[in-house]
Amino acid sequence: MTATTNGQRALLEMRDISKTFGASKALSQVSLAVHSGEVHALMGENGAGKSTLMKILSGAYTADPGGSVLIDGETVTLGDPLKAKAYGIAVIYQELSLAPNLTVAQNMFLGNEPSRFGVADRAEMRRRAEPILKQLGIGFDASRRVAELSLGERQMVEIARALTTNARIIVMDEPTTSLTSRETDRLFDVIARLKADGIAIIYISHRMEEVYQLSDRVSVLRDGAYVGTLDRADLSASKLVSMMVGRDLSSFYKKEHRQVAGERAAVLSVEKIGDGIKVHDCSFEVRAGEVLGIAGLVGSGRTELARLVYGADNRTSGDVMLNGRALAISSPRDALDAGIAYLTEDRKALGLFLDMSISDNINIGVIADDAKAAGMRNFARAQERASHSVKSLSIRTAGTQINVGALSGGNQQKVLLARLLETKPKAIILDEPTRGVDVGAKSEIYRIIDELAQNGIAIVVISSDLPEILGIADRVLVMREGRIAGEVTGSAEAPIEQEAIMALATGSAGHAA
Amino acid sequence: MSASETEQGRMEKLKLRSTLTALGMLPVLVLLAIGFHLLSGRFLSVNNLSIVMQQASINTVLAAGMTFVILTGGIDLSVGSILAASAMVAVMVSLVPDLGMLGIPAAIAAGLACGFLNGAIIAWLKLPPFIVTLGSLTAIRGVARLLGGDTTVFNPDLPFDFIGNGSLFGVPWLAVIAIATIIASWFILKRTVLGTWIYAVGGNSEAARLTGIKVPLVLLFVYSMSGLLSGLGGAMSAARLYAANGLQLGQAYELDAIAAVILGGTSFVGGVGSIWGTLIGALIIAVLSNGLILVGVSDIWQYIIKGLVIIVAVGLDRYRLKGLGRT
Repeated sequence: MTATTNGQRALLEMRDISKTFGASKALSQVSLAVHSGEVHALMGENGAGKSTLMKILSGAYTADPGGSVLIDGETVTLGDPLKAKAYGIAVIYQELSLAPNLTVAQNMFLGNEPSRFGVADRAEMRRRAEPILKQLGIGFDASRRVAELSLGERQMVEIARALTTNARIIVMDEPTTSLTSRETDRLFDVIARLKADGIAIIYISHRMEEVYQLSDRVSVLRDGAYVGTLDRADLSASKLVSMMVGRDLSSFYKKEHRQVAGERAAVLSVEKIGDGIKVHDCSFEVRAGEVLGIAGLVGSGRTELARLVYGADNRTSGDVMLNGRALAISSPRDALDAGIAYLTEDRKALGLFLDMSISDNINIGVIADDAKAAGMRNFARAQERASHSVKSLSIRTAGTQINVGALSGGNQQKVLLARLLETKPKAIILDEPTRGVDVGAKSEIYRIIDELAQNGIAIVVISSDLPEILGIADRVLVMREGRIAGEVTGSAEAPIEQEAIMALATGSAGHAA
Repeated sequence: MSASETEQGRMEKLKLRSTLTALGMLPVLVLLAIGFHLLSGRFLSVNNLSIVMQQASINTVLAAGMTFVILTGGIDLSVGSILAASAMVAVMVSLVPDLGMLGIPAAIAAGLACGFLNGAIIAWLKLPPFIVTLGSLTAIRGVARLLGGDTTVFNPDLPFDFIGNGSLFGVPWLAVIAIATIIASWFILKRTVLGTWIYAVGGNSEAARLTGIKVPLVLLFVYSMSGLLSGLGGAMSAARLYAANGLQLGQAYELDAIAAVILGGTSFVGGVGSIWGTLIGALIIAVLSNGLILVGVSDIWQYIIKGLVIIVAVGLDRYRLKGLGRT
């Protein structure tokens, strides 16, 4: 990487940055150059060193001696957060740090209030806040309380706050994780405006789509080392993924089960199911060894449909059949007993028991089946199941008695998958199976899904990640406004196209079936 | 490489934390006992310790039931009233000629019935436990007064009085019952499927439901258990006093039981805690009461000191486990 592109000097340059924590090396000689008016994406698996690098930039950590940071070509020392701020560096964290009971303007100037005679000057604050909000194209008033704002709007306030201190380099760490798609679009508009004003943006994200859409260049870190930088023109998913994971992932999405699937009988059939509110008249079937994708915009009723099938919510109409037999499902217990399992989209709130061990989390669905006399736990059997799952799903942990909360997102997700599989389901519904999971774990989850399909399990995958759904599903149903808007089928020769799905999801293609 | 090393460090920290959690309030109990002995010179005598055990026993039994309930994230405010009603039943049945011993099972059955009712309302009508048991606290207190016609019932020839005043190999029967209750509770919580479900429901009740656990049945069990143990507490109390009074007996007992559970480190939002912690919590409360009397602190100051010790002890505990994140 060169410090100059098109003869332009880099606004920020980090050279040979290393960081050691005790005996472990979190960063080793990483270099990064960012220009003004550039969106520079920073990618890498969890633990690759992105956050450490950004903490050094923001002054939260001090780098090991030997490296240097240059701003406008001059070496600077970023000992503490205040200094970094003075150099125009602002970091917008995932967890927003606003005071909800104060107004937008008060938050923007928090700790930096314009004052007259020691009294915060509210009028002045508002006067100075308004042009910044206008610059960002923000519609809301500076005197509104932050508590009344949506998550997306709060993020805008964070960005506006950065601008009050004349930030020239803004770091955004996974800014879209909790935003709706409309809010994400607004954020992207704002990023475009910042760019036009010559501000450099370092954008950390796991989402390929966003990185494609936004970035001028992408740098990849792996295991604390710099791997490389790609220009916009050279971006491709396979290149990025192989840079992040360190091996070629030409078969990132596994679909080996396809040869097996063929024209088998339907395992799970759902007929005209609905709850009268968010889901109406949805019918579909999944065959043994088939992966059925369900796509659709957020709020189109995908999760609600899955929950109806699983008995988690009450349906007002429709039937669920397994191997041609109608089931009377009125609770998750009934669904599990029949052989239908469901992986929730929100593993922390609805899936895991964070205070319980990995072993108990895996076994919780089957401990009653394994029980000895008088309802006593069979700990030997539980240990067997847990060890087996840890091995077969390659869950990375120091033991099965550790609290599941200590695991990384990808490994937690595998624990939940293990729990489902222990119930020996005939059909499984996976709701956003790779949400918040790093690239390595993603590819392992795809491998597991593929193996399950090869073993003849009928699989439904709900996902907002279009490349993922195209990569693993044999057929894709698209939902819109609580109904199935249509089905898209592809083949090895003519794969499904994203446009076809988006057209159905947004309704621009009419009611194709 | 580095990632696995930091991982190992983190796991070791977690192990240390879990050891600390298991130890819980035991150091506080030991310090209190030593402190009172130094101040009074007679706290650690066999005779006095036997009295402390007796004093702790009824609260221990109630707190054991309360542990089940709080582990699911609930609360049972009605235990004192159930104890009073069951004690009335125990004494009244003990007056029946030749069948006096049936007073014990009758009291337990009465407690179970009350707890079952609490549980049924909470589990199936899905009303908040605080409100349901606040209601039954008042209603069952009324029932207790009704049972004896609002008078004290006596039985000077109580057939099971040995429970209240006798000993088994030198250990007071009350203490034997309390220890047996703790062991039985430990067995249920840690060795049975039901116990794991209780922790699961308290840890994340929606996840428990999605996992196929019948959450209402688990709730019904814990409130029934709390009622049953309150009934047992009623029988113990009757055996000690040869009498029961629907109005005065068991007043504010729920507060001591809750305090014991919380002192024992059980999370108030459920899912985390142990019955051994509860035992230590109940002992701390009994040691405080007994020790303050021995040292000659006035009744009024006993209240103030007890309250502050509970707050400080729990505060220290939370501080010690900071980062573990749950209250």
